[in-house]
Amino acid sequence: MTALQKNKQTTHEIELKGQLALLDLTGAMYLPAHDALLVADLHFEKGSSFARRGMMLPPYDTRETLLALSDAVFRFNPKTVIALGDSFHDIGGPERLGTEERTTLTQVQQGRDWIWVTGNHDRILPDSIGGQVVEEMALGSLTLRHEPMAGEQVEVAGHLHPVGKVVMRGRSTRRRCFLTDGSRCVMPALGAYAGGLNACDAAFKPLFANGFTAHLIGTERIFAIAKSMLCRD
Amino acid sequence: MSRVSASLLPKTFRDWFKSRGWKPREHQLDLLAKAGQGRSVLLVAPTGAGKTLAGFLPSLVELAERGPSRGTAKDRRGLHTLYISPLKALATDVARNLEIPVAEMALPIRVETRTGDTPSHKRARQIERPPDILLTTPEQLALLLAHAEAQEFFKDLRRVVLDELHSLVTSKRGDLLSLGLARLMMIAPQATAVGLSATVREPDDLRRYLVPQRAANTSPLRGEVAPQVREGVGNATSPNVAVPPHPGALTRSDPPPQGEGEERLADLVVVQGGAQPDIRMLDLDERLPLAGHTASLSMPAIYDLIRSHKTTLVFVNTRLQAEYTFQELWKLNDDNLAIALHHGSLDVSQRRRVEEAMAAGRLKAVVCTATLDLGIDWGDVDLVVNVGAPKGASRIMQRIGRSNHRMDEPSEAYLVPANRFEILECRAALDAVHEAAQDTPDARIGALDVLCQHILGMACAGPFDLADLYEEVRSAAPYAGLTWEDFEACVAFVATGGYALRAYERFAKIVKGNDGLWRVRDARVAQQYRLNVGTIVESSMIKVRLGKSMRSRPGTVLPRGRILGEIEEYFAETLTPGDTFLFAGEVLRFEGISEDEVLATRAGAGTDPMIPSYEGGKFPLSTFLAARVRAILADPFEWDRLPPQMTEWLLQQRRRSIVPGQRDLLVETFPRSNRFYMTCFPFEGRLAHQTLGMLLTRRLERAKLKPLGFVANDYGIAVYASGDIAGRAAREPGFLDELFSEDMLGDDLEDWLAESSLMKRTFRQCAVIAGLIERRFPGEKKTGRQVTISTDLVYDVLRKHEPDHVLLRAARADAATGLLDVRRLGMMLERIRGRIIHKPLDRVSPLSVSVMLEIGRERVYSDNADEILAEAEAALLDEALA
Repeated sequence: MTALQKNKQTTHEIELKGQLALLDLTGAMYLPAHDALLVADLHFEKGSSFARRGMMLPPYDTRETLLALSDAVFRFNPKTVIALGDSFHDIGGPERLGTEERTTLTQVQQGRDWIWVTGNHDRILPDSIGGQVVEEMALGSLTLRHEPMAGEQVEVAGHLHPVGKVVMRGRSTRRRCFLTDGSRCVMPALGAYAGGLNACDAAFKPLFANGFTAHLIGTERIFAIAKSMLCRD
Repeated sequence: MSRVSASLLPKTFRDWFKSRGWKPREHQLDLLAKAGQGRSVLLVAPTGAGKTLAGFLPSLVELAERGPSRGTAKDRRGLHTLYISPLKALATDVARNLEIPVAEMALPIRVETRTGDTPSHKRARQIERPPDILLTTPEQLALLLAHAEAQEFFKDLRRVVLDELHSLVTSKRGDLLSLGLARLMMIAPQATAVGLSATVREPDDLRRYLVPQRAANTSPLRGEVAPQVREGVGNATSPNVAVPPHPGALTRSDPPPQGEGEERLADLVVVQGGAQPDIRMLDLDERLPLAGHTASLSMPAIYDLIRSHKTTLVFVNTRLQAEYTFQELWKLNDDNLAIALHHGSLDVSQRRRVEEAMAAGRLKAVVCTATLDLGIDWGDVDLVVNVGAPKGASRIMQRIGRSNHRMDEPSEAYLVPANRFEILECRAALDAVHEAAQDTPDARIGALDVLCQHILGMACAGPFDLADLYEEVRSAAPYAGLTWEDFEACVAFVATGGYALRAYERFAKIVKGNDGLWRVRDARVAQQYRLNVGTIVESSMIKVRLGKSMRSRPGTVLPRGRILGEIEEYFAETLTPGDTFLFAGEVLRFEGISEDEVLATRAGAGTDPMIPSYEGGKFPLSTFLAARVRAILADPFEWDRLPPQMTEWLLQQRRRSIVPGQRDLLVETFPRSNRFYMTCFPFEGRLAHQTLGMLLTRRLERAKLKPLGFVANDYGIAVYASGDIAGRAAREPGFLDELFSEDMLGDDLEDWLAESSLMKRTFRQCAVIAGLIERRFPGEKKTGRQVTISTDLVYDVLRKHEPDHVLLRAARADAATGLLDVRRLGMMLERIRGRIIHKPLDRVSPLSVSVMLEIGRERVYSDNADEILAEAEAALLDEALA
């Protein structure tokens, strides 16, 4: 059984410049043409980063993020995994990684090409973290980078942590989402403690001159929501 | 006692009373005598009894006798009397009143206030040179106690006066204050406490609160471990932990310390209420509606009452009602009477203007919410009108007490029911008032998040010994039952978060030194504490600004108008442009959110507000009144005492369905336009009903009955489904018993709590109070996504990995009584076990109509994200096909 068939139930198809992309409930994106899995903004060790400053957040965020990551990786079993930057919350993050978490990460990396795109939080990554470190890269016609570039682009990026908020008859929900106009896609943050920026924020405006569709991650499936249906915080 | 005590009053004071044409009241002299004996006292007295003066008289006398301080460094005196009030405004008010006798008798007494508004140079000076009497709030006390100079500042303290104690003790602020009081009594064992309170159901709860408690259970440290732990602890003021446990008990010799016996209670002085209040229900000839809270039919009558009285306070329960009532009264106001509006969301300057006009006697009436519940003096009110349901007997009595500040004249008051159920509630409240029955809440069990905050504060004050602090904390009444395990968990939380995965040892905020004492790691931690102190976590508020439409470009609104006030952010979040709502006495149209403000325009004349309610002062019906309402319903003889329209309605209900017995739960089912409805009437208040509705819909979902939604009010709920609930109940005997069985509070509750937005809000409050995350200050710009952390995410992760963490336990304890009212739901489910009476009907009954009318008026509750998203997705599709 191919990854495509296996994940038919939980994924949601979109097209990026004629290329099929599968959006996953975890917040990952699978590109069948390249057998590549994309994830963004893992923010490993955000909890311990806050603890250093006296906010003792539960130290389980890295575990939780790894759980989602390995879930997606083992289901799609891709040849290549690309993390689109801010994989660690700060430069000291890799060093603070617990032994158990380190082992899990190695297991997930095993047997595939692993590429870390650097982000503003993790400009430098130690060799010991495994895989290859790049600033940006091309995958077919797509450019993969951390921070979306202004102007017309055919790219997949992260950095902005989009979330969409929907209000229907007094009830509201705020969920992580993929934003795309068919040529660019901004991915949601996968990190357990990575918060979100409302898709109505001005930061998204220059990226999507002709609007976008938001693909909101629900509990059981992903929903395509028109920009006009989204609300500000 | 009074003759004896009268001699305690020095001549200066006797002359002063005479010069004012007063005689010292008996309870004032009683308190003077008690003070002389070194006793702590609870004074229970109605409004207008001269409570505040009674509380301060002993201090004024003592200070007058001791003479002025020479002010030299050698003669430096600490604070003599500390006064704590729940409101900053009340502290200022009392300080002003206190200045009168001080000035008129030329007493050598320095009275000062310390609030959030006190400038820093004055704060510093107060520490340097303490006043004789300091008036402040619980939060400021916490800050003072966390100060390195606390010991020096409070060491000479003689008296603590706690004003409006009945209102302080019912919340987490009361927990924080109790811990502060425990520390004060530790620093100054010679001090006594005086509590001033309105009438309460259990005065003993307050009497316990005022004096150090004997620990209820024995510390595991005492005996074997304690002596070792305590060795080398060079704290001179700390007592031996072994018998007797509390420091206060050791230092007094004559007379015997309070509570040496079985129970540790402050003395009690009660001033009997004066004349019976003249209170009645406003009886209209017209029929009241079955639902709704606006009391629109009663407005002309209320207006007439206002006209025929000097000054009227019109109390309402919610801000929405305040807005509505204010508007309606002005529509009738042909005489241009000075009628004003006062509620917590209005701009502060606007509120102050109303308060000043009120005090100066320039107003004919004020429409107000609970913001005016507490004891600030509002001048000569001769009538109180309470619009809507009374909700609680004690609440209504305190409100009535606001009229006629002379206690020997009867207060005049009217209860105005807004719908037929409220007639029942008003009847029950009137009965309670005549019997002087009280329904103030039970004493609190001290919250753990508050304890966490206090522990950090104590570490800021100076190094502490774990066992000492444990004993001290347990001397506070709300924490008397605190276990060593819970205490340790709180200390661990403060230090490193207290997680099973000990990842943060090296970042610990408090650390144990080689001397065995705990202290803060550095000054930054202390700074963090100071910024986060307090237990009031305001839901973020957002300003409402009046916008101007541009004539040249229709649809464009510029933020050019004035600020009208603030609304809760979560209310603003549910508005979409074009929605109309009532605010600041006007119907506004929501235009959008610009920057950090809600932009709104005036809606055209005659526009009805579309968005029915925003929260703000919704009180649940008290258990006590609810029981009385059920009793009235259950007993047809009682119906004679109700207005005829009510009796008629109940007779109709009896013909068409049944009127349930006092302990029964009536469940009605009926079909209506392709849906199947189930209604029930537990009378447990909106919050408990919301929780019940959430859990029932989960269960109906599982039973494949396809529930579509539910609505709840204070009396009952209506659930609607596309599956036939009555049919299932007929086929499966016991189905309804199963549906309402208590085990819904097990897994179903747990499952729901995982995603409940109410639970997440509760958790957030605990996280802020305990110091897990930093407080966000109003007006502070939302910072970038990397800097802030959403407590919802923290909740999800913590719940999964450490479901028994102390912070989650604190949140669950809050949920039991707070936004989810789980405890009351549990009591109800237990009460109705085996007493469900199912009445299948072919159409809606008179009783059920009342709750059915809430559909479309109230929000439909749901925490199911996918449902909301599916609806939004479908809306897009519809648009495409249209």
